[in-house]
Amino acid sequence: MPKVSFTPALERFLSAPSVEVRAATLGEALAAVFTSKPALRGYLLDDQGALRRHVVVYVNGWPAKDRTQLSDPVSPRDEIYVFQALTGG
Amino acid sequence: MVDRLHVGTRKGWFELARRSGDWEVSDCRFLGDPVSAVLADGDGAVYAALDLGHFGAKLWRRDRPGAWSECAVPVFPTKPDDAGDDPHPWSLGKIWVLEPGGIPGRLWAGTMPGGLFRSDDGGRSWSLVEALWRMPERRQWAGVAGGEQPGINSVLVDPRNPQDIRIGVSTAGVWASTDGGASWRIINRGMHAEYMPPERREDPIVQDVHRLVSCAARPEVIWCQHHNGVFRSEDAGATWRELAAIRPSKFGFAVAAHPHDPDTAWFVPAIKDERRIPVDGRLVVARTRDAGRSFEVLTEGLPKRHAYDLVWRHALAVDPSGEQLAFGSTTGGLWISEDGGKSWTMPDARLPPIAAVRFAEA
Repeated sequence: MPKVSFTPALERFLSAPSVEVRAATLGEALAAVFTSKPALRGYLLDDQGALRRHVVVYVNGWPAKDRTQLSDPVSPRDEIYVFQALTGG
Repeated sequence: MVDRLHVGTRKGWFELARRSGDWEVSDCRFLGDPVSAVLADGDGAVYAALDLGHFGAKLWRRDRPGAWSECAVPVFPTKPDDAGDDPHPWSLGKIWVLEPGGIPGRLWAGTMPGGLFRSDDGGRSWSLVEALWRMPERRQWAGVAGGEQPGINSVLVDPRNPQDIRIGVSTAGVWASTDGGASWRIINRGMHAEYMPPERREDPIVQDVHRLVSCAARPEVIWCQHHNGVFRSEDAGATWRELAAIRPSKFGFAVAAHPHDPDTAWFVPAIKDERRIPVDGRLVVARTRDAGRSFEVLTEGLPKRHAYDLVWRHALAVDPSGEQLAFGSTTGGLWISEDGGKSWTMPDARLPPIAAVRFAEA
C-alpha cells in the first residue's frame, strides 16, 4: 500500500505519523488519512479541497502535478511525502 | 479596571498582566506563528486566530491559563459552478476580527476574503452568513491593499439587541443587518473617497472603512477611521459626518471609542498613504472629547522623534472602564495608558510586529 509521510513541522500543531493507506490516486490517499485524522485536512487542503498554496506533495521524489483535483495516480509501493514549501521570514 | 491585556503579533500571542502597578508579559503562546486576531471573552475564554503561512488559518481557545485547545475554523461551502466568475476565493484567507455576539456562546468572525461567520458554541463550529456572501453586490467588494481579497474588519453588535449588527469592510463601506444576519443592506451615506473617479467618490460601496467602533453605552454612536479621513455617525451608521479637526493628520487605521462617553474617541494618525509613518517621526494619539469638534494631541510618554511606528486597525484598544488604553505598532512598540490617554508607559518587552491588542472584557 502507498505510504504517506508528513513534515515534522506539523508536529507543533497536531500528530501526523506516517501511515500506509489503500489508494489509487493522491486524493484517495489523503482522504484515507483524513478518515482517521480529520483535523489534518484543514492544514493541507483549502476550503475547496485543493492543496494549500504553500503545501507541496511529492510522489516518489517528484511533485504532484494536479494540485486541485489531486488526481495523480499512486501505486502500492509509492512513497508520498507531504511538506511545506519554503516561505516566510 | 481589568488587569489583563492580550496582544497578537507577527510571531506569537502574548498576555500582559498588571502587577504592583506595572504591566509585564505574563504568558506567551504560538511563538513564531502570526496571530491575526485576539479576543478575551466575558466568560473568561481567550481566543487567538493564527494565520499560518503554510497551513492556513487556525483558531485556538484558552479556557484557563495553560489550557489551550484548537477550535474549528470557518470553512466556505463548495463553490458552485455558476460562481465561476466570482472575483473572490471561496476559501478562508484569514480571520481578521473576532467579536462576542451578545448571547452566551455566540461569536462573530470577520474574515478575508469577506465572509462573515457565526458560532453559537464558543468556536467549536462555524456557519457562513450566506445571505451576505451570496449578495450580488459582494462581487463589487474590492481587495485590501490591491490584493484579491476584501476583508471584514469590524463587527459591531448592539448590546441592547444582538440581532442588530453592523460590519465594516475593506473595501465596501458599512453593511447592516437587523435580523441577526438573515438579510443585509449597505447603509453608509456621507463618506467620500477623494482618490476615486469623481462620479464614484460618494458611492457607499467604494468607501474604504479601515475600522468601525461604537460607544457601548450609546451604540448608535459609531466612529470610523476611513482611508480618506475620520467620520462619526449618530444614527448607527446610516449617515456620517467628517471630523475635519483631526490632527496632526487624517489618515490612519485605528480608532477606539469610549465605552460610556459617546463624545470621546482616540485615533493614532499617520502620514497618508504611500508612506504610512507618523507625522514628523512623532508618535502621537489624537483624542476628542467633544464629538469630534476638536482634538487634543497626546504625547506624554510617547516617542518624540525618529519613530516610524504604524498602528494597525485592531492594535488600539480601550478597556471597559474607558480609562485604560493600549496600542501596539508595526515595529513592536507597545504603550499603555491608565489615565485616558494623557500619559503612556512601555512595558519591558520588545515584541514582534503587533496586529491586535485587546483588554479582557469585563
